[in-house]
Amino acid sequence: MTEPAAPVARPAATAAAGAARAITADVITVRDLRMSYGHYEAVRGIDLDVAHGEVFAFLGPNGAGKTSTVEILEGFRTRTGGEVRVLGEDPATAGPGWRARVGVVLQESAPEAWLTVRECLSMYAGYYPNPLPVGRALELVGLTAKADGRCDRLSGGQLRRLDMALALIGDPELIFLDEPTTGFDPAARHTAWDVIADLRELGKTVFLTTHYMDEAEALADQIMIIAAGKIVAAGTPATIGGRATAATTISFTLPDGVTTGDLPGLPVPATARRGGTVEILHDQPVPVLHTLTTWALQHGYPLTDLTAHRPTLEEIYLGLTEEHT
Amino acid sequence: MSAAPKAVQTPAASRARPMGAVSLVSHQARYDLRAFRRNTRARIFTLAVPVVLLLILVSLFRGGTVKAGGVTVKIAAYYVPHIAAMAIVGAGLINLLITVVGKRESGSLKRRRATPVPSWVLIAGDATTSIVSSLLIVAVLVAIGSLGFGLAVTGPALGLAAVETVIGAAVFCCIAYALSGLVATAESAGPMVQLSTLPVYFISGIYIPDNVLPHWLLDIANVLPVRPLAVALQAAFVPATNGGQRFAVVPLLVVVAWGVAGLVIAVRTFSWAPKRSG
Repeated sequence: MTEPAAPVARPAATAAAGAARAITADVITVRDLRMSYGHYEAVRGIDLDVAHGEVFAFLGPNGAGKTSTVEILEGFRTRTGGEVRVLGEDPATAGPGWRARVGVVLQESAPEAWLTVRECLSMYAGYYPNPLPVGRALELVGLTAKADGRCDRLSGGQLRRLDMALALIGDPELIFLDEPTTGFDPAARHTAWDVIADLRELGKTVFLTTHYMDEAEALADQIMIIAAGKIVAAGTPATIGGRATAATTISFTLPDGVTTGDLPGLPVPATARRGGTVEILHDQPVPVLHTLTTWALQHGYPLTDLTAHRPTLEEIYLGLTEEHT
Repeated sequence: MSAAPKAVQTPAASRARPMGAVSLVSHQARYDLRAFRRNTRARIFTLAVPVVLLLILVSLFRGGTVKAGGVTVKIAAYYVPHIAAMAIVGAGLINLLITVVGKRESGSLKRRRATPVPSWVLIAGDATTSIVSSLLIVAVLVAIGSLGFGLAVTGPALGLAAVETVIGAAVFCCIAYALSGLVATAESAGPMVQLSTLPVYFISGIYIPDNVLPHWLLDIANVLPVRPLAVALQAAFVPATNGGQRFAVVPLLVVVAWGVAGLVIAVRTFSWAPKRSG
């Protein structure tokens, strides 16, 4: 895409919110971040900014440099180049005071063997200066019913929720969630989304990596896509990858005995698809729909499967990441 | 997000440490001990195996004597300190190595790395668990020897044995952390450490009285950490085996030297992350 890896206009950077923003520095600032393993450069000079209180989704195929970037931000890996500031400090050298303000949900999760959920949370709570009450953390992730169950007897989804609770127990300002819903069934995923949405309500900043486009779309204020070590697109779920200006596809099934030739005068010709479906691709859907529905009303056609469809985030993502890999 | 931030940010500097160092360690040790108490494998290996072994050995040679340190001692006075040394290795080295490598493999160490808890608190928690379980098992072994097999127990003997147990457990804890850098998976940790300790137990006279072992083997065993610990514990109960000195300075120094070496290696090679992720 044509969009360079430049800082992006955030959705919240409106005039109304400007005053509040001005006094709140960015939670994460990254400039020209590079990470090499031997001769291989996994991260090739990326910039990103995450503002206070936003949910930032970081997307990319496996091997794109996503995990390297996240682990650098979490302070688990030392970068080979560039500038990184997380909560005002360099994660590579930050101390326990910084750790207390950051919550991390790791990709690999494992039970604390032999302890109950409540004991495990109490143990972690003891590491922090101002922890949440254990009951509150359990409530946030919906694990209250399992409080007295042993950690190593939880289901996969419950275990991920425990991970989330462990990341929240210190009442952090910034939370890293690395693929938090991988392997979840749809119901569990929606529950996890509610938890993440609640975190934003609490004023937390969330840095999320995910493979699921619907997840990013449902949760994120800002999305950034990395491919082959570079940022290939950045924006809001609505605008990323030129999505806001991309054409809308209007489609419906032709009524019996009607051909494309019988359609009213449209700005672009309709394309016939399999099974009698036609598609009209246009960047001004309203006039097209108006013409179309007026015509259908006059002739009494129900057009029950009429849809106006924008490119999904997944379509945009696949297009962008294919181009760059 | 167009709303102004809701949470009031607390500057890092104004956040006090949650607890003092001592209470943080005891907080950690409380949970580590609880996990140990519920861990069947750990209980069997560290507590049951030494008891069974002691019962077998002293019953086998019941009423007999053995030459140790140039004097003749009762069979219980030989095997109680020797099996005690083995039990300390079990609680300090074997159990801890398996636990630490397991925690590293499961990502549990990495997760703790993401918290403000200092690493030494976690290590101190583990060491406390080793020390407490070592004291417990040594007390049980001494009680069996004294009540069932005529081991003579005095106040000074008990006090010194307790101190030596604490030192031994801490030393093998350091060695466990040093070895944890060499072991890739929890699955290989068990067999590896059992295989390497077994010959050391044999040449240290843990199973066979050391007067039947060739001198050159004992010379090797004397510079390894197991036999010096056994010799020191034996001197605590029967000073005559150490030329009348209850406090066996040289063997204890050998033990402590191993601990220091272990600590140096542990600090250099210890890793938080699973080996496979590189």
